[in-house]
Parts: sequence; structure tokens; C-alpha cells
Amino acid sequence: MDQLLNLLGYEFVQNAIVAGFVIAIVSGVVSPFVVARNMSFAVHALSELGFTGAAGFILIGLSPVLGLLAGSAVTALFIGTLGARVRGRDSVIGLVMAFGLGLGVLFITLYPKYANEAFALLFGTINGVSHGDVLFLTGIAVAALIALGIVYRPLTFATVDPEVAEARGVPVRALGIVFLLIMAIAVSEAIQIVGVLLILTLLITPGATAERLTPRPGQATAYSVAVALFCTIGGILLALSTNAPVSVFVTSLSFGCYLVARFIAGPALAARSPRGALAEST
Amino acid sequence: MTEPAVRFEGVTLAYGRRPIWADLSLDVAAGSFIAILGPNGAGKTSLLRAILGLVSPTSGRIEVLGAPPRRGDPAIGYVPQHQHFDAETPLRGRDLVRLGLDGHRWGVGLPNAGASARVSASIASVEASAYADAPIGRLSGGEQQRLRIAQALVSEPRLLLCDEPLASLDLRHQQGITELLRDWRERTGGTILFVTHDVNPVLHLVDRVLFVVNGRWAAGTTDEVLTSEQLSTLYGSHVDVVRVHGRILVVGETPTGYAAEEPHHEPALVGHERAHL
Repeated sequence: MDQLLNLLGYEFVQNAIVAGFVIAIVSGVVSPFVVARNMSFAVHALSELGFTGAAGFILIGLSPVLGLLAGSAVTALFIGTLGARVRGRDSVIGLVMAFGLGLGVLFITLYPKYANEAFALLFGTINGVSHGDVLFLTGIAVAALIALGIVYRPLTFATVDPEVAEARGVPVRALGIVFLLIMAIAVSEAIQIVGVLLILTLLITPGATAERLTPRPGQATAYSVAVALFCTIGGILLALSTNAPVSVFVTSLSFGCYLVARFIAGPALAARSPRGALAEST
Repeated sequence: MTEPAVRFEGVTLAYGRRPIWADLSLDVAAGSFIAILGPNGAGKTSLLRAILGLVSPTSGRIEVLGAPPRRGDPAIGYVPQHQHFDAETPLRGRDLVRLGLDGHRWGVGLPNAGASARVSASIASVEASAYADAPIGRLSGGEQQRLRIAQALVSEPRLLLCDEPLASLDLRHQQGITELLRDWRERTGGTILFVTHDVNPVLHLVDRVLFVVNGRWAAGTTDEVLTSEQLSTLYGSHVDVVRVHGRILVVGETPTGYAAEEPHHEPALVGHERAHL
């Protein structure tokens, strides 16, 4: 414990914790939409092509954080414009992802000293975040939250009830692209902690956990943020007290949250709510 | 005669070079219940989409409540075909109805007493108060569809567009939904356009029918339109219209025998003039 308190005095630890807060809030707010819109595959594509972007930017001497954002934002636009129809969406995502990741491999091999940074990007780290990064991450997080605040209601409508939303004049297709861009920001943020390959632990699990706890959209967002905060900050503190990588703890904590919600808390809440008994029998 | 709720003037709609329907001219009287009939793919849904302003006609003019169609018109309520909500959909019945009131507006949508009261009143009017707070995905098809009606009515529309709202519901729920629509029309004097492939569940409510087949159409009362002669002309092949036990069956000859309701044949020409519904 003393050791942990000592560590909190280091700047890299403070950066990690501040970044963790920002990242968890963005991931937690975005996650319920990712779950409700069935977009896990898209999240993965944005993440892996964020990696390509970061690798490319490092190669030409630019910031990897910017590269992440550029890579996933470009991918978001590709998927949004090419894959408007749900039926063709997965194949569009798949083919864009395969091509982009191929480029990523090329960038890695061109930059021989890259192995360490590649490992950090892929699996996450807590000491990769500089003070400048924290400011940048906070800036784009605020932008993402403002954008999501503006589109929150029509996006909810378009997500759960697209036909009627369209009939009521909601620009369903344009909102899909806006949401992909918001997701690109969330992905670039979450990669800082959990890495490219474990991205789903912050963008799927909190939303999927919240969905088990409440049928109210507003409450689901609050629960999702709480789960993301608990896993991120808890994961960082556990990583500091041991020497294991942070993503190990974040993924374990979030999986644990989901299991508790699914098998213990969710059924207990459902039993108290209207139609709870029916819920259990189906 | 008062202003029609919907007016079509020589309207043709085409996707690419394939016409959906051609030269449609008719007036839908305010306060009437119109059934829009025809086989699958005849363009019944496109007709509703044109009224909603989601597709533009290739030629001709549409007027809705005295003005050109515009997207998101709050005077139009829309009830889609029943599609079951996934059991885990994070939404209560109440939230679904609320989306019908202000879901199209920007922003987060904070709690609002006035809006909540309107939502509750709409839910009460379809007798769904008992289960409006349950997760929508846990409700039966009939319960979900009642909430969809509440969602369409909460913005106090004057025109209600229903796209196969009874499909995949059992007979009891079909009757329940039909009664709600009848009550709403009597209470408000609103107009209902009701797309269906089977006219029987709403036969007692229908003022006029519009029958669409492969771009051709015929309009009038059920007795005028649903006859062997009229439908044979529309389909371009022999079709029998049989009335039995108060139900109307459309039976057509197909290469493999006889098919009820939906004969699939090459169309032939049918002449038409302006219809008043």
C-alpha cells in the first residue's frame, strides 16, 4: 500500500490515472450504443487500423496518438460510406480491415526499433501516456462527448427503432457516420490503456454489462460509465502494485463485472421489476 | 367537400427504369379509412414513403394535409410492420412512446413533466399502462404493437400511416389493434391509410380500398374494386373474388394450381381516371 502511495507521486502514474478517467468516461458513454448497434466488428476494425495509423505516423516521425486517431477516423469514414446497408457492412469492414492491417505490417518491418512500441500499442500500457497526450486525449474526449450529447436522442431513436425514426425525419444514415467518427475517438482513447487487440474490453463489456442491469437508456449509460471507471482505474492501480500489464487486470475486472451482472445482479433486479418473472422464464 | 387528407395528381414513382406505380390520381377524404391492397412488391410501402417525403415521385404531385410532403411532419403518425424487439433491447415501452414525441430532436432529452404526461396519456389510450415500464423486448407481439400505436399517436397526428401492422399477430391481437384504430378515428376524426395484404381483419372499418398490382391500380369501395372483373383486369389474368362467411378471398390461377390472395401473373393494361376516396 505504501509502495502504491509512493508510486502515485510519479508523473507517469498521475498521467495514467487522469487519462484513465477520461478514457473510461468516453468508453462508458459510447459502449451502450456500440452494443445496441451490433458494432463489435467495426470497433475491432477501427482499432486495428488505428494501429496502422500509429505505425505509419511513427515511421515518418509524428505522434502515434495522432496516428491512431487518423487511422481509425479514416476507417470510420470508409465503413460509413461504403457499408451503409447492414447486410453488406460486415464484408466492407472485413476487406477494409485486412488491407489496412497489411499496411500496418509493412510499417512495422520498415521501422526496426519498433518492437517495443508495437507491443505497447497492441496490448496496452500505463507508462506510454505523456502530459501532452493527456491534454490531447482530454480535448478529443470533450469533443466526442459534446458531439454525442447533440445527437443522443435521435441516435437512440435510429438505433432502437430505425424505421419509425426515418419516418419521423431523423437522418438515420448520416447519424450512422457521425457515430462511427465518435467511435473512432473512443477507440483511439481506449487503446492508450488496453491496447489495440483488447479494445472490446472497454467498448463492449461496459455496455453489455449495463444492458443486463436496466432497461432504461439513461441509466444504462450511467452504469456503463461506472463499470468502465471501475475497470480502468482498478486495472491501473492493480498494475502499479504488481508488475503485470494493465490490460490483464482491465479485461479480468470487466469480464467479472459482466458475469456478476448477468448471473447475480441482473436476475435479482429483474425479479423486482414488472414482468421480471416472465423475463426469467424466457 | 373539405380538403382531402392526401391528394395524388398524376403521380408516377420509379426505381431506376422500373415503375412502381404509374399516373396515380386520387383524393383521400379527411376522416376516412383506406386499405391499400395488393401483392408483395406492388409498391404499397413506397406509397407510404412518398407521403412521408422519404422518396420523391418521378412525376406528378403529392399533397399531404394541404402541403407538399415533408420529412418528419408531426401531423403524420407511422406504425411499421411488427418486428419483435430483441429481448435485451435497453428500452421500456414508455421510452419507445417517448421517442415518438421528441426522439427526432437534438440533444440529450432531459426529464420533462409535460412530455411524460403526454406519453402516459397516449399509453393509457391504448390500454398499455400495465406493462409500459417493462423492458420492451420482454413483451408479447400484441403488447409491443399496442405501444407502437401509442408511439404513433403521441404526437397527435391527423393522418396515420400503417404498414402491415397486423402481420404476424394472432387473431385476438389483430382485433385489439383494429379496435384501437377505430376508436382513434372516431375520437379525433383522423385519416388512416392502412397497407395490408389481407383486407379481412379491417373489412368492417374500410371506407375505400386502393388495389395496386405491378404499377396498375384501382380505387373505390370494396364492392367496386374487389370483384373478379376488376382484379382480373388489374392482374391481367383470370382472378376469382370469392365472398364467403363475410370474408373476401382473392383466388388466382397459377401454373401449379390456384393460389389464394396473391396470384403472380404478368400485368395487363388498365385504364383509370381520377378517383375520389
